[in-house]
Amino acid sequence: MNENELPATDKGSGEVGLKNSAMPSEEYAIELKGITKRFGEVVANDNVSMGVKKGEILALLGENGSGKTTLMNMISGIYYPDEGQIFIDGKEVRITSPRDALSLGIGMVHQHFKLVDVLTAVENVVLGLPGKLNLKEAEAKIREICDRYGFVVDPNKKVYDMNVSEKQTVEIVKVLYRGVNILILDEPTAVLTPQEAERLFRVMWRMRNDGKSLIIITHKMHEVKEISDRVVVLRKGQYIGEMNTEDSDIQEMTNMMVGRSVTLNIERKTPVNPMPRIEIEHLTILDEDGVPKIQDVSFTARSGEILGIAGISGCGQKELLEAIAGLQKIESGHIYYVEEDGTKTDLVNLSPLKIIQKGVALSFVPEDRLGMGLVGTMNIPDNMMLRSFRDGLLFTHRKEPRKLAETVVEDLSVVTPGMSVPVKNLSGGNVQKVLVGREIASNPKVLLTAYAVRGLDINSSYTIYDLINKQKEAGSAVIYVGEDLDVLLELSDRILVLCGGKVSGLVDGPGADKNEVGLMMMSVEGKEVEKRN
Amino acid sequence: MIDLVAFIPRAVGQSIPLLFGCTGEIVTEKSGNLNLGIPGVMYVGGICGVIGAFAYEQATKDTGMVGILAIGIPLLCSLIGSLLMGLLYCFLTVTLRANQNVTGLAMTTFGVGFGNFFGGSLIKLSGSDVPTIALSRTSAYFSRSLPFAGNLGWFGKIFLSYGFLAYLAIAVAVYAGFMLKKTRMGLHLRAVGENPATADAAGINVTVYKYMATCIGCMIAGLGGLYYVMDYASGIWSNDAFGDRGWLAIALVIFCIWKPGLGILASILFGGLYIIYLYIPAGMDHMELKELYKMIPYVVTLVVLVVTSMRNKKDNRPPASLGIPYFRENR
Repeated sequence: MNENELPATDKGSGEVGLKNSAMPSEEYAIELKGITKRFGEVVANDNVSMGVKKGEILALLGENGSGKTTLMNMISGIYYPDEGQIFIDGKEVRITSPRDALSLGIGMVHQHFKLVDVLTAVENVVLGLPGKLNLKEAEAKIREICDRYGFVVDPNKKVYDMNVSEKQTVEIVKVLYRGVNILILDEPTAVLTPQEAERLFRVMWRMRNDGKSLIIITHKMHEVKEISDRVVVLRKGQYIGEMNTEDSDIQEMTNMMVGRSVTLNIERKTPVNPMPRIEIEHLTILDEDGVPKIQDVSFTARSGEILGIAGISGCGQKELLEAIAGLQKIESGHIYYVEEDGTKTDLVNLSPLKIIQKGVALSFVPEDRLGMGLVGTMNIPDNMMLRSFRDGLLFTHRKEPRKLAETVVEDLSVVTPGMSVPVKNLSGGNVQKVLVGREIASNPKVLLTAYAVRGLDINSSYTIYDLINKQKEAGSAVIYVGEDLDVLLELSDRILVLCGGKVSGLVDGPGADKNEVGLMMMSVEGKEVEKRN
Repeated sequence: MIDLVAFIPRAVGQSIPLLFGCTGEIVTEKSGNLNLGIPGVMYVGGICGVIGAFAYEQATKDTGMVGILAIGIPLLCSLIGSLLMGLLYCFLTVTLRANQNVTGLAMTTFGVGFGNFFGGSLIKLSGSDVPTIALSRTSAYFSRSLPFAGNLGWFGKIFLSYGFLAYLAIAVAVYAGFMLKKTRMGLHLRAVGENPATADAAGINVTVYKYMATCIGCMIAGLGGLYYVMDYASGIWSNDAFGDRGWLAIALVIFCIWKPGLGILASILFGGLYIIYLYIPAGMDHMELKELYKMIPYVVTLVVLVVTSMRNKKDNRPPASLGIPYFRENR
């Protein structure tokens, strides 16, 4: 993992080298003027003008649905603007397809990687290029790019064998291979560990020093502060303002983004009378190939407490939560549910239905958001019914789910054109609110939640954190799996760190150190763990 | 003991329609289109060739046939017929994004009916006593093998006794394998079938690739029908005679894990299984055994489908987006 570490000075020089000195040229590498894009009645971008200089990292900020991705999609050729002009190096251009964008030197690294699993890194990199196929030559060129920017990637490795960080590297190499000068990164750190994110930042600084322009979309404010030179804020599709990063702070940026002053503190009340609720003993889970996904894991989750689970993606969090919810085949071990009066039931052999009746609620937001928990083609009330469809003798009850749907929509300010709209047509953040809202509405004794704020903007995220905190105060045992380590540290009362399916540490939330937890995520008792998904 | 020198050429002859169908379907499926219309396409390919040959034979009743036209006209008619089927399938599934399974099944029903309808009409036109059309003059051109093949004993019989379409089938399969593995076109095609959104973002025209692969695949498969009538059946068309070879061809695609090279061996194996009942001595007392032997290719297909479904190596899986229509703005 560490073979790619660059000397520490490199980062420093990158930061000082360009951040404070005058830009080599003040002219914009790409400039947008009066860009408007409508989808039917909805105005996604309204008269947006902005520019990115050469050798600059620009952070694009905005809440969900503020039009950041739409704007970037217009630059990268996926959409075509209804009005407005795009200039590259001062010349007006028309970008009507991703191919146009690439030939103008614009590349985008999407949030969900656009890679073909069964192809190798090289094959993915040359995909879509014209001319005769010469993989040897391409491989040499890839190695050259890797040396230049400090990537480590095996060109002949198949993508399905790669971890997230490697896949992202391939994505970046892919755009650099095409000679890109303007690089757009859509939430690049969402799936990375702090260490991997650091490494990405160093690469980004190198590219900037190379004269390239970078645009980064991220919801993590401390990253904006750390990496960007300038910040542009969008709200409801409109350009709100911009500032130099060093002249601003996170609070100011957030206020501008949301349009009013917001408090960014997560309240962490001391747990009241915590009692063991879920006791896990020596749990082992194998995947379909017989490889352990969870190995000899033991811990206790207590009522009135949030237990955070930290770990890089694919280290077994998903399997662990699914095991508690009764959705995983368990190799060995016990999962005890402890009643208020102290009686213990082993959940291992119970059906998911029985487990739900005990008051265990699972709210898992997978990467595609809809895979578990919601049915995309059904509307919000029908999705609420997935929890209550057994009520009623011959016919299902329809009124209550409908009421619940209305409450969730109102309380969590879900943006939807109407109750009868299929949930897959809602934006990602709103889909999540529906899911989390439903799970919380059942007043669970145990709330399992994974990636509840994945891809949500800062305002919606804090709404969700509030909801989770309320569950904790109401006496639920909350098990929280999250991607943003900073939030995890702020929210959790205790943090269980997983690494490669094993417990690598259990720390108290208050006073936990981010770097320490980050290192635990990478190794068990000081030993590096290489294998991961 | 089976007489191999007699058996192998029969097995190969039996395998060529399967091989055409299999190669065509592999090329199609690599673009993410699951074309279950292949059996119908093969019927259409066959009957169109028959129509062309019939018309030319009628026109040259008295003058005698020109070799190049005797081959060229049926070949062209067959290719055009199956191309139209491919275009129809693409228009429905790619442009209109209709369900691929339903479209494919409908096309098979249509293709078989189309074949039988025009077959029946031609039989009426020719006014023959038996419900068949004999195009033996055209067939003589199609099944002509190398002149010296007869002099080479068993070697000539096993390797050189076939008409040119048989060699074409093998050449097409070999080239398809090379194209998929080694060329940029093949790389792009695989990407379209695996992950069309990625291919699209990389600047590959997904629609064009899907249309091209499906139409070319259909044309290849249609040649299977043509070979069956003109060479294997010696120019004799009778309704429904082609049978269920089209379905076997689709099963072969899975059997050879989407590798046209393997498809050559697999189709010869299946071709052998298809006729093996003729070569296993059963005696007159046990005719029922023959019927059981006829089951062999289908039983093997079932077993093969079970076995191949259990394989979990990622490289051997079907194209990831197989059967799913692609729409750029879909989430």
